[in-house]
Amino acid sequence: MAKIIVVTSGKGGVGKTTSTAAIGAGLAMRGKKTVVIDFDVGLRNLDMIMGCERRVVFDFINVIQGDAKIKQALITDRRLENLSILPTSQTRDKDALTKEGVEKVLNELREQFDYIICDSPAGIERGAHLAMYYADEAVVVTNPEVSSVRDSDRVLGLLSAKTNRAEKGEGEVKSHLLLTRYDPARVARGEMMKVDDILEILSIPLLGIIPESTAVLKASNVGTPVTFDTKSNAGKAYEDAVSRLIGEQLEMKIQPERQGLFQRLLRRTA
Amino acid sequence: MSMLNFFRRPRNLTSADSAKERLQILLSHERTDRSSPEYLPMLQRDILEVIQRYMRVGDEGVDIKLERGEELSTLEINIELPGKSGAEARGAA
Repeated sequence: MAKIIVVTSGKGGVGKTTSTAAIGAGLAMRGKKTVVIDFDVGLRNLDMIMGCERRVVFDFINVIQGDAKIKQALITDRRLENLSILPTSQTRDKDALTKEGVEKVLNELREQFDYIICDSPAGIERGAHLAMYYADEAVVVTNPEVSSVRDSDRVLGLLSAKTNRAEKGEGEVKSHLLLTRYDPARVARGEMMKVDDILEILSIPLLGIIPESTAVLKASNVGTPVTFDTKSNAGKAYEDAVSRLIGEQLEMKIQPERQGLFQRLLRRTA
Repeated sequence: MSMLNFFRRPRNLTSADSAKERLQILLSHERTDRSSPEYLPMLQRDILEVIQRYMRVGDEGVDIKLERGEELSTLEINIELPGKSGAEARGAA
């Protein structure tokens, strides 16, 4: 039986889709049968980050409305056969999502996969609500910045009240913090909140710290989840986060930026 | 020495420290507000209703301001009373 994990944040632009793709790829690299689902109806983007945008025929909404079978809408990743993508519609709007429809699709996917990763849209409206509604666990993506932390706190409130688990009294949705765009140099200068500050405020367990990294934009440019860039600091950080997600105990460290020979020499002489 | 500290302290507070402090104050309030319905509009309506029992006050006459602090929050209620002609008590016994 699959585990359903929602990647959410409230605030936009903090790295939900990047993290969904990276976590999905990381789980598949560990041999887990994984599907990533785009809940951002009308603003489809997970397909681009996963690099399968030219292979989309049917989508999540077509499946919900009975116009296509799940098998027809699922796109298998070209790099990893146990990684699939369920893209969303680019032309419809969020009202096309229904609670019953989402539940039916998730139940069908539960039979075939180990992990179902739901990429939530920004905000707290219908799309975001339904993305988290059936989740067993949540990855709350947060930037070390006041508005992102505030929105994450709001989303944590919704996770503990407005989900199927909460409503049925089946226990809490287990929430993890994924801190993204973290810049240790700026933290050292007192320009950015420390990991511990944010943990103290949100008080949920930390899944990982993804450092600000040029590898993230590079990966999205070419449509490759950043986890495949195993030499990059962000790729390694996501790999660590995935290990923790599947229950491994791993020391929390901030992956340093990989430096070229020239930079290393420069640093040594400086 | 303590004088020096007094002057130095605000400068040593980094912007990251302010961010944390602001968030802690704000969220402690937002978390409690979340569990209760938005009571300020209801409070405003009730106050207006009570005042209107004794005085002629327009619907726009009550203004409520809330300032959230760490230790103490203040609720400021301003009631705009009309001039002489409107101030007569209604149905004075």
